[in-house]
Amino acid sequence: MSFEPRLVGFLCNWCSYTGADLAGTARMKYPPNMRVIRVMCSGRVDPNFILEALAHGADGVLVLGCHPGDCHYAEGNYKCRKRLPITKRLVEGMGIEPQRVRLEWVSASEASRFSEVVTEFTEQIRVLGPLKLEDWTFDRAAADAQLEHN
Amino acid sequence: MAKPKLALYWASSCGGCEIAVLDTELKVLEIADFFDIVFWPCATDFKYDDVRAMKDGEITLTLFNGAIRNSENYELAKLLRQKSVVLCAFGSCAADGCIPGLANFTTAEEILRYVYEDSPSTVNPEKIRPQTEYAVPEGVLSIPHFWNTVRNLSQVVDVDYIMPGCPPQPDQIKLVVDAVIDILKNGKPLPPKGTVLGADERACCDECPRKKDVKTIKKFVRPHEIIPDPEICLLEQGILCMGPATRGGCGAKCVNAGVPCRGCYGPPANVRDQGAKMASAIAGVLDADDPSEIDAIIAGIPDMMGTFYRFSLPHSTLRRKQVRA
Repeated sequence: MSFEPRLVGFLCNWCSYTGADLAGTARMKYPPNMRVIRVMCSGRVDPNFILEALAHGADGVLVLGCHPGDCHYAEGNYKCRKRLPITKRLVEGMGIEPQRVRLEWVSASEASRFSEVVTEFTEQIRVLGPLKLEDWTFDRAAADAQLEHN
Repeated sequence: MAKPKLALYWASSCGGCEIAVLDTELKVLEIADFFDIVFWPCATDFKYDDVRAMKDGEITLTLFNGAIRNSENYELAKLLRQKSVVLCAFGSCAADGCIPGLANFTTAEEILRYVYEDSPSTVNPEKIRPQTEYAVPEGVLSIPHFWNTVRNLSQVVDVDYIMPGCPPQPDQIKLVVDAVIDILKNGKPLPPKGTVLGADERACCDECPRKKDVKTIKKFVRPHEIIPDPEICLLEQGILCMGPATRGGCGAKCVNAGVPCRGCYGPPANVRDQGAKMASAIAGVLDADDPSEIDAIIAGIPDMMGTFYRFSLPHSTLRRKQVRA
């Protein structure tokens, strides 16, 4: 079966989630690969949210927030803008392609931009392929088998 | 009344946690007096078979230090779990993986290749590697299996309590020993399972006496490059200090001596991933908005991953680096 990317999207309540809503009511088309998680602000996105998503099966993580200057809380998106490059470096340091994490600005009226961003990101992850974490879980059966042998 | 039985074990560790127990000075005599020490490879001559011969739950308390790096560590973790009423992950290696866990940035194959073939001091033209089993006329000799991924104790067996630190500070060990003796002597209730003992809930910054002015920085410096102000937060002076992402309880010893916190007490309560929390903290002090400018500033951190995850890689969210052949 062909690979369908599994994406997690953190969408800010005030701009991007509303933008996504508008895309829906306007019946715009975009791939169904992204599971949307609404957060109050892109500044709420702890870098660990992104790592958790990748650790638990996401092939890519998209963070969408208000354009700079438009944050409902004045500066939440600026905090996110500072965190994301460092988070991408962390992801890269863990041997995972940093392109699997992306930050974009989508306002409440930009339904078409929302569908474009999601489409493009889905295709990018499709090209990168599935994120398969090696040796993440502890293989108890294999560890016990080693004890049998010794 | 028979004395409660105490066991101490070191898995993949440096022995510093054992020294920390001895560093409790006279308290160690009180420990030896109150408990019957039944297993402590560092200090006493008991064998694994002595532990195997015990009944399940015969040991009252096991302080287990060291990460789980090979099949022997795993075997002893299982054995001591089975024989102990209370199993405590003692020290950063058992709690979070610590320095042995840095091996998760590479693979077992890379380590063995370097050690047995590539290192400058190695002469091994036949590329001989250790085998886990080797037949000799007297029988089969075996050594433990070297794992690809280092685990912390709680990933392989059920752990009751955690006492972090590299090593746990002797003052904190004394307090925990007093509490344990009090519980056993006076029948007090045990703290809830999973409690972190001998440490604070909050970050190291909370007990750091330095002034925090919420100043931002343009670049990171290494400690030898500047003469740091003794009163002001080290991070605000551009020195990478892990304090904001590290559990307190050590008494902020390093920062008091002018040395940045290295993060040995692991992440604070309710923080899952020390590196991710540090990424957040760093973002808070950076005086830059442009991603390329931010990249340039954090490129000034030598070995960012090794610094952020020095003590907690195996217990972090992603647990290891994905090394593609």
